[in-house]
Amino acid sequence: MTSSKQALARAASADAAPGDQPGAARRAHGRGTPPPPGPDSWRSRLYRWDMKASPYAFIAPFFIVFGAFSLVPLLYTAWYSLHNVQLANLDGQTWTGLDNYQNLLSSDFFWNALGNTFTIGVISTVPQLLMAIGLAHLLNYKLRGSTVWRVVMLTPYATSVAAATLVFVLLYSWDGGMINWLLEFVGIDPVNWRESDWGSQFAVSSIVIWRWTGYNALIYLAAMQAIPADLYESAAIDGAGRWQQFLHVTIPQLRPTILFTVVVSTIGATQLFGEPLLFGGVSGSKGGSEHQYQTLGLYMYDQGWIIGNLGKASAIAWSMFLILLIVAVIQLLVSRRLRKSQ
Amino acid sequence: MRTSTRGSRRLMTLAVAAALTTGLLAGCAEDSDDNSSGEGGGNGGGGKTTLTVGTFGTFGYKQAGLYDEYMKLHPDITIKENVTTRTDVYWPKVLTRLQAGAGADDIQAIEIMNVTEAVQTQADKFVDLGKEVDKSQWLDWKNAQATTKDGKLIGLGTDVGPMAICYRKDLFEKAGLETDRTKLAAQWKGDWGKYVDLGKEYMKKAPSGTKFVDSASSVYNAALGGGTERYYKDDGTVDWDKSQGVKNAWDVAMDVATSDMSAKLKQFDKPWDQGYANGTFATVACPAWMIGYILEKSGESGKGKWDVAAAPTASNWGGSFIGVPTSGKHQKEAIALAKWLTAPEQQAKVFAKQASFPSTPAAYSTLKPAAATTEYFSNAPITQIFSDSAKTIPTQYFGIKDQAINTALTDIGILQVEQKGKSPDEGWDAASEEIKDVLGQ
Repeated sequence: MTSSKQALARAASADAAPGDQPGAARRAHGRGTPPPPGPDSWRSRLYRWDMKASPYAFIAPFFIVFGAFSLVPLLYTAWYSLHNVQLANLDGQTWTGLDNYQNLLSSDFFWNALGNTFTIGVISTVPQLLMAIGLAHLLNYKLRGSTVWRVVMLTPYATSVAAATLVFVLLYSWDGGMINWLLEFVGIDPVNWRESDWGSQFAVSSIVIWRWTGYNALIYLAAMQAIPADLYESAAIDGAGRWQQFLHVTIPQLRPTILFTVVVSTIGATQLFGEPLLFGGVSGSKGGSEHQYQTLGLYMYDQGWIIGNLGKASAIAWSMFLILLIVAVIQLLVSRRLRKSQ
Repeated sequence: MRTSTRGSRRLMTLAVAAALTTGLLAGCAEDSDDNSSGEGGGNGGGGKTTLTVGTFGTFGYKQAGLYDEYMKLHPDITIKENVTTRTDVYWPKVLTRLQAGAGADDIQAIEIMNVTEAVQTQADKFVDLGKEVDKSQWLDWKNAQATTKDGKLIGLGTDVGPMAICYRKDLFEKAGLETDRTKLAAQWKGDWGKYVDLGKEYMKKAPSGTKFVDSASSVYNAALGGGTERYYKDDGTVDWDKSQGVKNAWDVAMDVATSDMSAKLKQFDKPWDQGYANGTFATVACPAWMIGYILEKSGESGKGKWDVAAAPTASNWGGSFIGVPTSGKHQKEAIALAKWLTAPEQQAKVFAKQASFPSTPAAYSTLKPAAATTEYFSNAPITQIFSDSAKTIPTQYFGIKDQAINTALTDIGILQVEQKGKSPDEGWDAASEEIKDVLGQ
């Protein structure tokens, strides 16, 4: 008897369900009278728990990995930065408080690296983004074989830093490199690219520009294609030429995208490491004999892994982190003003 | 029906998520796993044991076929070599793995510039090999460098770097200089300054596009290796700025850097390799291991054009050790392999292939370079030249930060004078700044 009653009850509840939504039916069922004993209530409780918990379970892998491989090291680095820790004796830490930071602030090498990071960042990011916008604008025209052009744009980005830098090292080689050869051809004295102050920074920047311009151009292109065509049409009706359309329609519409690329490029520039390291060749972490292209990333690597002073290297890492935070705040303020002015 | 498919789909998603997580974690854990991977193959008896050998650069063991030979002799052993080309990447990695007590290879190579650091800070992480071998096989000074105060030997000597000068006979001839190796050696005997003087002579009639020497730093390193004192006193206190050995070597290097006889290349850089191929410099300070390097980089174009003459003073540059970390799971097998690899017979085989010079004098009487090498270097008696040098090398005491101080002097100090036209005093001051930073002063 019981079994047929239960079957009837189940049929009734199924009838009450609005067709396609068994979930809704069960929720209604659960919310009604106090949960009757039986498989139904157990299932509904499980279901509710499932609804609440599953999303967390699904995103958990990322956060577990993030915690283990980013957060813990980050905090551990902060701890290290307050100690004197040597690479050869990781367990023998001695508390030094803020000494490492004080040491940094009074170190010429640190300020030099900070300055280099800034100048290399500027001379690589600014031309890179300008060129990317220009290229995106050109790619936005109707072109024959546009996919090919777009793929080609992305190729440098897909090249590994090591491979690209090796090629550039040869191009910029002091003795018999192609660039000096070209300079000599037009009657300019060859430049010792690696050792000259601005030359080395220019060379490093050129690698960054070469690698990232296409990537940024494609981001701009995607944003450009989302701009409604009628804006251009009405601009054309008002008599705006191509250049005016670019200035007064495209650029304002791209503003959020530009801001995004500026943020990403700034972070990238602050962390610049691989290109100058490999450009320097042997003992590349010094960034040239006068540290003329030693970035903060290189300085950190040099202190930590070459000199073996992990405490100081950790302090540099945290300084970089703080600098990025400051930059982020500035960019937030700028973007807010931009939004208001719009 | 519907509920059940939803249920199974959810189950699937969960399973996928779980698989991804474990996959990720496993991927990350792989690194520390790699030295126990040998065990996976054979836990029980009769299975194969995989030994890993961690080296930097070319040790010549693989090239000379030693691994294959050993595996043939011991069918239950498989050998895998993990090469990290750059020492500045290799050594920090080894240090962290040793201290973590996991991840180190069964046999780990140690560069001579790092051996003091290993002796003073990592001695408890290495097996005492002194009990396993007959120490008298090795040169005394070689053993001394890898021995702790309480007499523990943490590494077995592989090669040493006795010095000679390799020179391009054809370029010397064009510059109107002496080309006979004995007469040349007599011209600069006893003093690196005389070698530089000959360089000035060379530059007067240098074939176009060529310089006398590859870099001022190489002359510096060669001269430094001939002095009795480097950067530290033998009691372990740092003394780099008062060391007579450093001062002599620095002065010679400054003479090179300021007289336009250097091709201004940085050693082990790509353009340096090209310099060998294009013949842009006429001489190079030539520790024994450099022979193999020249063979490889100078290639066909240099065949028969190179010659070898005795260096101005006996001196040592480079050479390594191999040690057995205590964290290894197959210590017994690793010790046996390390012993075998560094035994005189095997060192002689490496010399035949690679010209890395043995650290075991017992091997000297049997040394024979490969016919191709002799031919390449104009039939120079390289065995004779390097043996003579090796026997008279002064004992040098290395310090804990030897490598970093050396880098500061060559890659900051000398490079500024050589490539940026700074004065020697400015170069010295810049290097001093750097060394203060290195020593945390």
